[in-house]
Amino acid sequence: MAEVTKMIGKAIKRREDPRLIQGRGNYVDDIKLPGMTYAAVVRSPYAHAKIKGIDVSRALAHPGVLAVYVGEDMLDINPLPAAWQAGGVKNVAVTPRALAVGKVTHVGDGVALVIAEDRYTARDAVDLVEVEYEPLPAVVDARKATEPGAPLVHEAAANNICMEWECGDAARTSAAIASAEVVVKEEIINQRLIPTPMETRGSLARYDVATGEFTVWMTSQAPHVMRLLLTAFVFGIPETRLRCIAPNVGGGFGQKIFCYADMAFTMWASRKLGRPVKYIEDRSENYKTSTHGRDHVTEVELAGTRDGKVTGLRVKTWANLGGYFSTIAAGIPTTLYGRILTGVYKIPAAHCKVWGTYTNTALVDAYRGAGRPEASYLIERMMDRFAAEIGMDPAEVRRRNYIQPQDFPYDNGLGLLTYDSGNYEPALNKALQMVDYQNFRHEQAEARKQGRYLGLGLSSYVEICGVAPSAWIGAAGQGWGAGLFESANVRVHLTGKVVVTTGSLPHGQGVETTFAQILADELGVPYEDVTIEWGDTLAAPFGYGTYGSRSLAVGGMAMHRSAQKIKEKAKIIAAHMLEAAPEDMVFENGRAFVKGSPDKAKTLAEIALQASLAYSLPQGTEPFLDETTYYDPPNCTFPFGTHIAIVEVDPATGKVDLKRYVGVDDVGNIINPLIVEGQLHGGIAQGVAQALYEHGFYDDEGQLLSGTMLEYAIPTAAMLPWYELEHTVTPSPVNPMGVKGAGEAGTIGSAQAVMNAVIDALSHLGVKHMQMPATPERVWRTIQSSKQAAD
Amino acid sequence: MADKVRIRMTVNGLEQRGEVEPRMLLVHYLRETLGLTGTHIGCDTSQCGACVVHVDGQAVKSCTLFAVQADGSSVTTIEGLVKDGQYHPVQEGFWEKHGLQCGFCTPGMIMAAADLLNKNSNPTDAEIRHALEGNLCRCTGYQNIVLAVQYAAAKMRGEPVTGAAD
Amino acid sequence: MYTNQFSYHRVNTVQEAISLLQKNPDARLLAGGHSLIPAMKLRLSDPSALVDISRVAELKGIRQRGNTLVIGAMTTHSEIEDSALLKQLCPLLPEVAHIIGDPAVRNRGTLGGSLAHADPAADYPASMLALGASMKIVGSNGDRVVDADNFFTGMFATAIGSGEILTEIHVPVKTAGVGMAYETMMHPASRYAIVGVAAMVRMSGGVCQEARVGMTGAGHHAMRLSGLEAAVTGKPLDAATLSAACKSLVRPADLLGDHFASADYRAHLVDVYAQRALAAAAGKA
Repeated sequence: MAEVTKMIGKAIKRREDPRLIQGRGNYVDDIKLPGMTYAAVVRSPYAHAKIKGIDVSRALAHPGVLAVYVGEDMLDINPLPAAWQAGGVKNVAVTPRALAVGKVTHVGDGVALVIAEDRYTARDAVDLVEVEYEPLPAVVDARKATEPGAPLVHEAAANNICMEWECGDAARTSAAIASAEVVVKEEIINQRLIPTPMETRGSLARYDVATGEFTVWMTSQAPHVMRLLLTAFVFGIPETRLRCIAPNVGGGFGQKIFCYADMAFTMWASRKLGRPVKYIEDRSENYKTSTHGRDHVTEVELAGTRDGKVTGLRVKTWANLGGYFSTIAAGIPTTLYGRILTGVYKIPAAHCKVWGTYTNTALVDAYRGAGRPEASYLIERMMDRFAAEIGMDPAEVRRRNYIQPQDFPYDNGLGLLTYDSGNYEPALNKALQMVDYQNFRHEQAEARKQGRYLGLGLSSYVEICGVAPSAWIGAAGQGWGAGLFESANVRVHLTGKVVVTTGSLPHGQGVETTFAQILADELGVPYEDVTIEWGDTLAAPFGYGTYGSRSLAVGGMAMHRSAQKIKEKAKIIAAHMLEAAPEDMVFENGRAFVKGSPDKAKTLAEIALQASLAYSLPQGTEPFLDETTYYDPPNCTFPFGTHIAIVEVDPATGKVDLKRYVGVDDVGNIINPLIVEGQLHGGIAQGVAQALYEHGFYDDEGQLLSGTMLEYAIPTAAMLPWYELEHTVTPSPVNPMGVKGAGEAGTIGSAQAVMNAVIDALSHLGVKHMQMPATPERVWRTIQSSKQAAD
Repeated sequence: MADKVRIRMTVNGLEQRGEVEPRMLLVHYLRETLGLTGTHIGCDTSQCGACVVHVDGQAVKSCTLFAVQADGSSVTTIEGLVKDGQYHPVQEGFWEKHGLQCGFCTPGMIMAAADLLNKNSNPTDAEIRHALEGNLCRCTGYQNIVLAVQYAAAKMRGEPVTGAAD
Repeated sequence: MYTNQFSYHRVNTVQEAISLLQKNPDARLLAGGHSLIPAMKLRLSDPSALVDISRVAELKGIRQRGNTLVIGAMTTHSEIEDSALLKQLCPLLPEVAHIIGDPAVRNRGTLGGSLAHADPAADYPASMLALGASMKIVGSNGDRVVDADNFFTGMFATAIGSGEILTEIHVPVKTAGVGMAYETMMHPASRYAIVGVAAMVRMSGGVCQEARVGMTGAGHHAMRLSGLEAAVTGKPLDAATLSAACKSLVRPADLLGDHFASADYRAHLVDVYAQRALAAAAGKA
C-alpha cells in the first residue's frame, strides 16, 4: 500500500483560493435576502455634544423610507457589554448603546437610524434628519484627558480615567533606577492607527417572526462570542435564539473581534419591522466609528550599567480608549502590554503603570498585535537609546541581556505565564549575517562622508501567541473573567470523509488549509477528504474565535486532540473487526492493525463504515466516529525573532527610503511555509506602515483629519520593500505539535526595526529619538533642529 | 426626481438591458442589479481598487463611474475571467504564489494585473508595483502579489513556471 | 458613497453641451469624472444635472499643427502617457501623466477635466505653466485662447466662465536644446502633489537661454516661479548656480499647510524640488 503523502510542512496552495480568485466569495454585503431593507446612520459631526433634539419627520416622509429610529426608541435593549473587567482595579466601563442617547462622545457617534427600501434612499434620508446639538469642549489626548479641567467625557469616570492598572515591582524598580550607573529617559508615543481591513464592517440581521429567532450575518472574527454577548447581555434573550454567521470576512486585524452597535440595531430594527435589515459601513464611517488601535503616551526610564547590562525598567502609559469602552479595550494596554514589556531581556526590576482614559475619539481596542507591538516598540527603542548612551553597539547590548536558552521556562516577573521556549541569539546572528552587519557599518561611515544618511535598525522581539489558558486569562485580576479555550469536532462519515467543525475561522490566515493538512496527517487520510467547517454558530459547538494568533496553537490543537480520540476509538473498533485486543493495536497512516502485523489492517474508511453501520461494535462502544474537544492549553506560546531594516534618509526632504528588510523569525514548527511567509509579510507591512505612513490623527476639536483613504496612508505596493525572511525553529513544549503561531509576529517585530534604522541614520547628528510615523516633514524637522543644536 | 435612463451593455459576454437612476454607480449595477458580487467596494474615495473591472478592455474603478457612462460598453468582471473552464494566468498566479489572504482586494487586484499584462508582457518588479498603486491590499504586503503577476506574465509568454509546492 | 439625484445628459457635440449649460446654470460637465464623482459621493458636490462630454469626438485626440501640439480636452491621462507623438515632441506630459493617480484612474481621467477642476495639488498645472501651454475655451459667444499663466486663477478656479467649455490644450513642440522635467513629492494616501515642480529649460553652449518653472501643490493654485526663471537665465545650470538660485523661492504665508506637510515645510520643498527639476531638465536638454 502506498505511503500517504505527509502534508504537514508542505507549502501547498490554499484551498480557500479558488472561490476567491473567481469572485465567488461570499462576504456579508454579497448576501441578499427576500424583503431585505437597508440601514443608514445619522452620525454626529461633533466630537462632544449634547443632543438637544432630533426631528425625523422629513426623513420619514421621504419616499422609500420605512422607519427612522433614535436612541430613545431602543432603550429596551442594553448597552453593549464590556468583556474586560479586571478584579482589584478601578474600571469604569461606559459602553456604547445601539444609538447615542442624550450626548455624543466622538465624531461619527450614531444618533439616528434610517431604514429604507434601498441604500441610495437610506443615504438620502440621512440628510433629512435634523439634529440639534449643543457642542461641548473636546479632549483627544490620553494624558491631557486626565489633567485638571479637561472636558469630562463621562460623568461616571472622574478625570476621564476608566481604569488604573499596574504590574511588576514598583519598589525594586525605583531602587534599581536610583542606584543605576546610567538612566535613559524618553517620552514615547505609539500613535493611533486605523486597522483598515479592506472589507469594511457590517451586519445583516433577519428576525423570524414565526419562531422569534434571529440570524445575523456579520463581519466577525468571533461569531460565537457575538452570539453570547448580543443575547445574554444586550437583548436579554436565550442564547439559542440567535444564530451568528461569519461568511467570508475581508480581513479583520482585530477590528472585527468586537461587539458593535450595528449588530444590535440591525437585530432590533429587523424585529420591529419583520424584515431583514442590512447595514454596511462606508469606508469613511469605518474610519470614524469602528475601533482604532494603539494610541499610547508613555514615559519610560531604563536603567543599566556602563558595561551594557539593563537593570531596571519603569513605564507609565496613558492608553487612549476613545469615547466609550469597546468590548475588551482595557485588556490590550494591560495584560497584553504591561506583562511583556521586558521583551527578550532579563531585566531584574520592572514596573508598569497604565491609565486607560476616555477621550472624544473613536473607540480603541485590539489591532494586530494588540499591546505587544506597543511593548516591543518601547523596549526596543529604549535598548537603542541605552546602547547610544553607553556607546555600545546595539547588537552587543541586546546580546548581553538576552534571556538564555537554559532560562526557559522563563518567568519575567510581570505576571505573565512563563515564556515557553526560546533561543534568541541564533536569530540575531543570522539576521546580522544576512545584512553583512560589519560591512554595513563601513558603508554607513563612507556614505556619511558623502552626506548620505544610511541607517540600520535592529529589533529583537518576543510575543504572546495562542492567547488562551482560561485558568490564567480568566483568573481574578486578569480581566477577561472568561475562558479562551477552543472547540473542535471531528467526524468521520461512513464514506470515510472527514468533517471538522471549529470555532476558529479564517479571514485571510489560511487556516482552512492548515487545519486540513493537520487532519490529513493525523488521520492518514487524503487531504482532499478533509472538510473544514467554520464561521457558523450552528456548526461548531462553541468557539472563542480567531485573534491573538490563537487559531493554530489553540483551535488547531483542539482538532489535533479530537483526531487522537478518533484514532483511539478506531483502534477499539478495528480490534473488534480483527478479533484482537485493543491494547495490541496501533494506528498509523490511516490504518489500524495489530502491532507487528501491518499487512492485516483496517483502513479508517473501513472502520468508519463499521462504526456507522453499527451492527457489530464492541460492547459499550457508541456508533460513529465523532469526537469533540474543548482544548484549553496549559500556556501561551512565545514566538520570537530579530528583524533588521536598512534605510536611507534624504537629507534635503526627510523622505525615508526603506532599502532592505530582513527578518529571522522563530514561530516553532511550521505546518505550511507558504502561509507562514504570507502572514509574516502582511504583518511586517503593517508595522512598516506604522513606522513610516499611518496616523489616525485628530485635531484638538476632535475632528478626525485622517477620516478617509485620501488622508490615511495605507501603503501601496510601491511603498513597501521586499521581505528577506529566514527562520530558526524552536518548538513549543506547550502543545504536541510544537507550534507557536505567526499571525501577529510580523507586526510586533517590525515598526521598531524601521524607526531604529531612521534614528540610526541620523545618529551622527545627535538624534536620539523621534516619534512615529517618520513622515518626511517630521524627519526633516528632526534634522533641522539637531543641526541647529549643533551650531 | 431624475428620470431613469435606459442602458445596454455587454457584461462578461452577455447583453444586459435595464433602466437605472443616473446616479447608480457601475459597481452597484454589477453587484445589486446583475448579482455579480465578485466586484467589491473597499472605499468611498476611489483609492482602494477593490472595484476594478474592465470597460472596453481597460481597467476602470467601477465605483467612480456611473452605470450610464458605461452604456454601450463591453464590461468584464472577475466572474468573466475564466475562459472555457480555465483560469486566467493571473488567477492561476495568485493561487500558486499565495497572492491573496482574505481575498477581498483580490478581484480588483487581478483585474488590474490583467490590464497591466495586456499592455506589458514582461514587467519588472518596479513596473508591477507601479501598475498596482491603485489597488490596496492589507493582508499580503504585496510581495506575493508581485510574484503572482510575474508568474502570470511568464505563463502568458509561454515560459515555464513554478507553482506553490513544486 | 451615494451621490444625490441628478439628471444625465450625454452630448455628442460641444455646441450641444454649451446649450445645455446655458439652460441649466447648475449643471456640471462630466468628463472622466475622477474628480467630480468622488466629490459627489462624499456629497461635497451636488449638481442637479450632469452633461457628459466624454464621448464628444471633437474633444479627443492628440495632433500636431505646425509648431503646436493640439490635445483634445477629453484625451485621457493614459492616452497622454502612451502617446508616441508626445513622447517625441513633448516628453514632459507623458512623464507627468505616468504618475497621476493609478492606471485605472488614468484610463478615465482626462487632461481637460483635470485642468478645469484646477485642484491646487494636481500635477498637470505645473507642467502647463512650464511648457507655456494655452487653453482654448469655447462658449456661446465664440472661442478664445488663454495662456496657462492666466488660466489658473485660484483654488479650484480657472478662466473658464460659466457656460463655457475647455476644448483644447495647445502645447509648443519641443525645440533643439530644450529639456523638461517634473519632480514631485506625492502625498502617500491621496497621491496628489505635496509639492510638484515642472521645469523647461533651453540650453545653448552650456548656458540656460530660457527657463520656465511651474509649481503646484504648495499654493492655492499652480504658479510660475518667475524670480527663479530670471535668476538662472544666462547661467550654466550647475549645482552651485542652482543651489544659490533655489533659496526661499516662496513665502510660507502664501502656501497651504496641513498636518502632513506644513506651509513652512512646503516652502522648503519648493526650493528642493525646483532645484531638482531644473537639474533634471538641464540633464535632458
